[in-house]
Amino acid sequence: MPTQAHAEATRAGAGLRSNLAIWIVLIAITGFQVFLASLRLPPMLLLLILAGLAVVQAGISMSYFMHLRYEKFSLVLWVIPAILIFTAIMLILFLPDAFRLLQMHSH
Amino acid sequence: MQEGKNSAALDSAWSGGASPFAMSSKKLGMWLFIVSDSLTFSALLIAYCYSRITNPGWPRPFPMNPAIIFSAGMTVVLLTSSLTMVMAVTASQRNDRKATVLWMIATMACGLAFLGLHAVEWFRLIAEGATFSSNPWGTPLFGAVFFGITGIHMAHVLIGVVYLGIVATGYGRGKFSSEDVEVNGLFWHFVDLVWMFVFPLIYLMSVKY
Repeated sequence: MPTQAHAEATRAGAGLRSNLAIWIVLIAITGFQVFLASLRLPPMLLLLILAGLAVVQAGISMSYFMHLRYEKFSLVLWVIPAILIFTAIMLILFLPDAFRLLQMHSH
Repeated sequence: MQEGKNSAALDSAWSGGASPFAMSSKKLGMWLFIVSDSLTFSALLIAYCYSRITNPGWPRPFPMNPAIIFSAGMTVVLLTSSLTMVMAVTASQRNDRKATVLWMIATMACGLAFLGLHAVEWFRLIAEGATFSSNPWGTPLFGAVFFGITGIHMAHVLIGVVYLGIVATGYGRGKFSSEDVEVNGLFWHFVDLVWMFVFPLIYLMSVKY
């Protein structure tokens, strides 16, 4: 079904150059992640930075490669919060218990 | 279909227009699947985080050279496949069938290369003694987590390659439309997107110093 969003996506993503630029950014972020992993940072700090960079990569990929930025904003409001909210619920439900068990191990 | 309705009502983002989010059922169905499968991988990765936090003796079996460099190469291959896929979608929007099929073949080649490289990684770990239920480095859960999560991701990559082959063949013969290529692209980019989380959480957090 051709829509204005698709036409915009075609115009905006039509060039190899623009898609190549996005690809280079994603590769650069990956390279930076590997560099950070080589630095022996504290594990929690490394985890937060790597997870944050992964979220940035995911956002770039969804926006430009999956053309989410050219779709109806209502789709964005449905897809992104659904994933974030249910992931947050799982984290809130399970991770505190993991730290509780860790403390039990250490006693 | 909606011709009898007030056209102003179709212009609102929340009115649904002629179809929900002004997209076809194929594309909406794929987005629904992507949201659902994202939560599956989220649950798996959170279970991995839970296991790792509760087991201080979690193995770190990946030295920077060669394991992390090798898996970074795998990541580059998968990112390249996303580039070729978006070029295929762009070509299909221009109704350039030959270019679309060629870009899709390139995507399949990158996908198969990723699977091959990942198999090499698996065999290396198995040769060092890692199995689903044990390993020579630490907590036995490592094997189940590593092979489970990466195995499910590899299954998605393999299914994606088969899906690409079917759509490329059909599109080349005029059976499928550019929309089918775009929907195929959504699945492929999702597979790449999952790896963007698997690679740092499983590999980069387990570097052997």
